[in-house]
Amino acid sequence: MSKYMLIMRGTDESMAKMMETPFEQMLETVGRFNEELIRAGVLVAAEGLDDPGQGVVVDFGGETPVVTDGPYGETKELFGGFYLIDVASKEEAVEWAKRLPAIAGSKCEVRRVPGIDEFPQDNEWIVKERAWRERTGQL
Amino acid sequence: MPSATDGPPTDGPPTSEAARRAVEAVWRIESARIVGALARYTGDFGLAEDVAQQAVAEALVTWSRDGVPASPVGWLLATARRRAIDTFRRRSALDERYAVLAGPLAEGEASSGAALPPDRSQDLPWDPDRIDDDVLALMFIACHPVLSPEARVALTLRAVAGLASEEIARAFLVPVPTVQARITRAKKTIAAARVPFELPPSEQRRERLGGVLSVLYVIFTEGSTATSGDQLLRVDLAYEAIRLARTLTALLPEEPEVHGLLALFELTAARFPARTGPDGEAVLLEDQDRRRWDRSAIRRGLAALTRTSALGRGLGPYGLQAAIAACHASAASLQETDWESIVLLYEALGRVAPSPVVELNRAVAVAMAHGPQQALAMVDELVAADRLPGSHLLPSVRGELLTRLGRTAEARAELELAARLCRNARERSVLLRKAAELA
Repeated sequence: MSKYMLIMRGTDESMAKMMETPFEQMLETVGRFNEELIRAGVLVAAEGLDDPGQGVVVDFGGETPVVTDGPYGETKELFGGFYLIDVASKEEAVEWAKRLPAIAGSKCEVRRVPGIDEFPQDNEWIVKERAWRERTGQL
Repeated sequence: MPSATDGPPTDGPPTSEAARRAVEAVWRIESARIVGALARYTGDFGLAEDVAQQAVAEALVTWSRDGVPASPVGWLLATARRRAIDTFRRRSALDERYAVLAGPLAEGEASSGAALPPDRSQDLPWDPDRIDDDVLALMFIACHPVLSPEARVALTLRAVAGLASEEIARAFLVPVPTVQARITRAKKTIAAARVPFELPPSEQRRERLGGVLSVLYVIFTEGSTATSGDQLLRVDLAYEAIRLARTLTALLPEEPEVHGLLALFELTAARFPARTGPDGEAVLLEDQDRRRWDRSAIRRGLAALTRTSALGRGLGPYGLQAAIAACHASAASLQETDWESIVLLYEALGRVAPSPVVELNRAVAVAMAHGPQQALAMVDELVAADRLPGSHLLPSVRGELLTRLGRTAEARAELELAARLCRNARERSVLLRKAAELA
């Protein structure tokens, strides 16, 4: 089993369409999909991000970080939220991604999340991180 | 990490390997619903399983040639349904079922195997109000008491969990034809016994649910303590049992033992990372590095146990075993474990599900709570009554207790006997090492 992150990437168009969708309806659509993941026993975590306009961008282009108000640059496909799922293969992760109740124009990037076991276990920082993960239940 | 050798799972140039992986992924997610829906359409579970497998076989060929269809599930279901119709045509002309099946097909699905119109997951060709019942009915029929225990396990893993016969064979270390024969035979048995595809009547519900839970328990146990072979754990198999139990808790949220079983699985699986050493050797509970226990799994297990208790109908055999596992999971060390509670829980378990293994475990807990002498008397009673003939468990516990009592010569003989009886190579080496340490 491996963990995969389904990274939701919206565009201005898909965001606009989402805003047009009645909130109750959106809750229902997303809720149904989440329920599917729960029933299949694969959902590990999921979060959605707040309005990108409320975000802040810290730019490391210069000598000192420059802080500006969001949204993030000119990028068309903004990171809007994620699912973390535990599945048997990349294909299974992709199959779940294809079922996302996504809005036309948006995209989903599927990336494997390496586990702590894949890092050198004798590195002191990995040992510390491992201890934190064990303590907080995030192995 | 993506690499050229991974092969594109969907849109790239189709290869047989990419198609196989895509079929496997869809089948893993959808097998229960596909077979469940087909069984309801056709009223014939064996036929549903057959035609679903035919559709999978056809998908391997077609998808590697034409690429993965826009709606893989719709493709599989429609293909399977066409094969069901072919079968009905062969069996008899236009009977009632054929008319039912042909109806939806006539409304636009070509019967030639041509590509289907793409549809979205919310338009899946099954009835959302009935699909839960279909999946449940599928679990009940796959675990039906007319079937042999081996057949129940094989059928559940294939039809409900969506594993290929090859995967089941690998998990249980049996040849593939054996698994295939078990499944074929099981379907014939169900047909011969005229088992209907439906939820069991309410008066049988409790007992039949017990049958389903015990199949999941067997699958998990085989994964968590492989009875034979040179591997101690077959984690993937245990994970399949956890996945099925999670599905079942969603389908039957009011059944305390379903949550109890899931709690037991999660709390046991939480110890997997600590149960094997660097070379795959068994690490006993007393020697386990408890920091390696999976805290997320413990949290999920304790939550499931809380749900069991919250239903207010007391703990059943699985709930009690989960409660015992929870005592271990919550303890910082072997010494700090609440052994008194564990003794009481084993007593309760012995009342609701009497078994010599429970007695033996109770003896181990008594040894921890009150010392080895009292426990040895309990074990000797089991030996005298010949309650666990041929099992390595009895001599291995007896050997432990005698070691603690300083009766080393007897202890060594018992541990060596246990090693001879033990079928798991990893466990056997631990027993032999312990015996050697007493020399």
